[in-house]
Amino acid sequence: MGLAIHMAFSSWNWLLWLMVLACSEASSYVNESSNSTAQQAPDARFAASSSDPDERISVFELDYDYVQIPYEVTLWILLASLAKIGFHLYHKLPHLMPESCLLLIVGALVGGIIFGTHHKSPPVMDSSIYFLYLLPPIVLESGYFMPTRPFFENIGSILWWAGLGALINAFGIGLSLYFICQIKAFGLGDINLLQNLLFGSLISAVDPVAVLAVFEEARVNEQLYMMIFGEALLNDGISVVLYNILIAFTKMHKFEDIEPVDILAGCARFVIVGCGGVFFGIIFGFISAFITRFTQNISAIEPLIVFMFSYLSYLAAETLYLSGILAITACAVTMKKYVEENVSQTSYTTIKYFMKMLSSVSETLIFIFMGVSTIGKNHEWNWAFICFTLVFCQIWRAISVFTLFYVSNQFRTFPFSIKDQFIIFYSGVRGAGSFSLAFLLPLSLFPRKKLFVTATLVVTYFTVFFQGITIGPLVRYLDVRKTNKKESINEELHIRLMDHLKAGIEDVCGQWSHYQVRDKFKKFDHRYLRKILIRRNLPKSSIVSLYKKLEMKQAIEMVETGILTSAAFSTLYQPERIQGTKRLSPEDVESMRDILTRNMYQVRQRTLSYNKYSLKPQTSEKQAKEILIRRQNTLRESMRKGQSLPWGKPTGTKNFRYLSFPYSNPQSARREARAAEPTDDDGIHPGFQPLMFSAHSRAGSLQERRQTQAMIPMKSLHRGEKALSFSYRSNTSWEDHAGWGRRDAIRPKPLFYAVDEEYESGEQTEEEISATGTRWIAEHRRSREHYKSHSPLLHRK
Amino acid sequence: MGSRSSHAALIPDVDHIRRETGFSQASLLRLYHRFQALDREEKGYLSRLDLQQIGALAVNPLGDRIIDSFFPNGSQRVDFAGFARVLAHFRPVDEEDATIRDPKQPEPLNSRMNKLRFAFQLYDLDRDGKISRNEMLQVLRLMVGVQVTDEQLESITDRTVQEADEDGDGAVSFMEFTKSLEKMNIEQKMSIRILK
Repeated sequence: MGLAIHMAFSSWNWLLWLMVLACSEASSYVNESSNSTAQQAPDARFAASSSDPDERISVFELDYDYVQIPYEVTLWILLASLAKIGFHLYHKLPHLMPESCLLLIVGALVGGIIFGTHHKSPPVMDSSIYFLYLLPPIVLESGYFMPTRPFFENIGSILWWAGLGALINAFGIGLSLYFICQIKAFGLGDINLLQNLLFGSLISAVDPVAVLAVFEEARVNEQLYMMIFGEALLNDGISVVLYNILIAFTKMHKFEDIEPVDILAGCARFVIVGCGGVFFGIIFGFISAFITRFTQNISAIEPLIVFMFSYLSYLAAETLYLSGILAITACAVTMKKYVEENVSQTSYTTIKYFMKMLSSVSETLIFIFMGVSTIGKNHEWNWAFICFTLVFCQIWRAISVFTLFYVSNQFRTFPFSIKDQFIIFYSGVRGAGSFSLAFLLPLSLFPRKKLFVTATLVVTYFTVFFQGITIGPLVRYLDVRKTNKKESINEELHIRLMDHLKAGIEDVCGQWSHYQVRDKFKKFDHRYLRKILIRRNLPKSSIVSLYKKLEMKQAIEMVETGILTSAAFSTLYQPERIQGTKRLSPEDVESMRDILTRNMYQVRQRTLSYNKYSLKPQTSEKQAKEILIRRQNTLRESMRKGQSLPWGKPTGTKNFRYLSFPYSNPQSARREARAAEPTDDDGIHPGFQPLMFSAHSRAGSLQERRQTQAMIPMKSLHRGEKALSFSYRSNTSWEDHAGWGRRDAIRPKPLFYAVDEEYESGEQTEEEISATGTRWIAEHRRSREHYKSHSPLLHRK
Repeated sequence: MGSRSSHAALIPDVDHIRRETGFSQASLLRLYHRFQALDREEKGYLSRLDLQQIGALAVNPLGDRIIDSFFPNGSQRVDFAGFARVLAHFRPVDEEDATIRDPKQPEPLNSRMNKLRFAFQLYDLDRDGKISRNEMLQVLRLMVGVQVTDEQLESITDRTVQEADEDGDGAVSFMEFTKSLEKMNIEQKMSIRILK
């Protein structure tokens, strides 16, 4: 079967490649033929026809120059997208190598084509375009999709590691290379200290997130993910800040004039630039969150607001020579929490997707540029410099990782093991950032720019291919799984049970963190920030309710077509069968094993997972639905059996129920869910009264715990007064391949109502509630809390 | 963390729990905070409902059984000692502990045997010391998606019981259970890192 897919993949891919090659060939030929007109300005096109009165009106004209730039850029992006499609068609490939590999290959291919056809590539990449247009989306995306809670829990370690690590790497590599350059034999004497330092700073910009997808199945723990993520997030910003400062130093012309005062000023500037950027970002984040509070009637502009404010924060920071990258990151982080609750469902999806799309486009373009630069004549090769660069990159990264973590381990509650540190060291893969910085070095200040570019390219290619491909097997090897042989069915079952058990107990334990600071922030957040920044009661529109009713119909159908019928439970009551001792053939065992592997529920993973390049739709949302339906059925069954409930007098205080679900807006549900956000950490939310069962669907690779879609009202009535609520948030961690999809909760059918009417009137003690679980009741609550909202059950991406 | 130690005094019976479970002071404190956080109405004990509030357990196929395991002997409340006792099963096993342990003392809660016993009780609902075929079928049903037909499930169950059952009584006793898992690294599978 794998072979068939491979065949299909390869034939498809051949088609795609051929198509694309044909396009680029066509474009290049066209360019050659219209070379003579290449010199004319675009609007000369209009002038040309009028300047020659004798010319007939031609039936068919060709003007390539007019569209050259956008045309080629579009073609490149399209090519990269097609390659990605092909990449993912063969499902084993994303496990073997990071997607950056693919992008590099595509870039090299395009570069080859362009070089081969002597085509002049459009001047897409220059300093201002890169810093103004290409870089912000990439940074915004990584800031937005960062999981906030683990980030802030580990923020000390992350800042320590990312900040100091970048500095140590930059200065270490720079200084070492300077000493190498002093050796006359290598012919590098004209590269002074500043230039070396600059090179060090740009080569230390890593992109470790690119490799995360490769080893995530190895159950790497959450802290490790956060470190890698946090480093990726802050690393770019710090490199750029350093880069700019050093360029400013270089511009001071005379190297000898640099006094300690300047160096101190440089350090101070570093700090100010960093902190100022963050400050700006936070302000803009709050402003945009505040504005989204009022956009309920024009939800179409919500994505616009989000993007424009983030971009504005970047630009505003850049105006003052502060770090735009850190600003946009801080803006994204701040804004996310509140914006998510305020915007409508579709806006939220739009924002996510658009962000991914923009960042993907930017990155693709940069990689294509890298490819174009690779295959060209702009190289200067110097064995010594390049080899030593490679060597020093690895050495200094190792030094920085092991020393910094050694120190921070003394203060951490859960220290990082050597294995973790090794993984962090090995994930130092370079990406688009360092190449861009090298490419944009001003030639006037850096006569040996080509050497730098070449060296950067070599390092990037080496790390991406070599480290990217080998990190997967390495991590799996480090995990040292002992069971290599085939397990018996028995063992498989028990192993899976234990995994589920462990995951469940981990959930009971919750997240252990520094409670105090977090709680304080949460209190502050609740009391002040949320009141200002989050919307209030949301009006229901008829369209919304209609939509929800439709969803409900689907839910009903799903349950009724027997996802879990009571027949499934009939086996519970079967009399014991006389067990014959059949000898099962190996094929039977194999088929059993197959059935088990394919059908057993996946264990909920608590580790984070993030895929930089895609928002994978969740494929196994069914799993959650099934489990939930099953639970409800069991509870219903057990209730039917009359276990326990003294459903006595009707509850006077029962709030009135709807027989058809009143759906409020998704926002409130999400807000609910947000209010229940601690639940995902602690499993509870103090004062969170009503019954809300909001399941969160989580889009696959987003580390966003988002959405909320349907809420299943589950409620147990208490003695008249309080309604205990079952607030639940399915907090599946961000998983990529093991896919937890959007977990859409299922809505109970109205049937349940009819059935449970007789039980409705009960009141019971808390103990009994816990014994029999929950009931389906729709509850109308007061004020801003707890509306049930529903969400599209079968939410299509 | 220094400021936390003063709170240790708030935990009732803290020394007794420490001896029984083997948790460190810091871990116990964290567990206590967690216990308090789960116990929303500050009753001093947890009920099933409190545990059901943990959302993630609802989509765990074994969620209900895990919750039940906190309430041994049919009680409806679990106090902090009971809570810690259950969680103590998941403490990582220290290598040194195994060798210098005093053989006269009862086995620590996180020994391999005790871990297995804990897992065993997830299967054995009627607490008769054996996993009957029916109980195995129920567990399997819980853990498997709906596409699997009943016949397939039954044959898988048969096979499972058959593999482990040595004395041919059609049920898996605890010793048989242990034996069938002797090659598995239970200590690692049933240990949670943060519970040191």
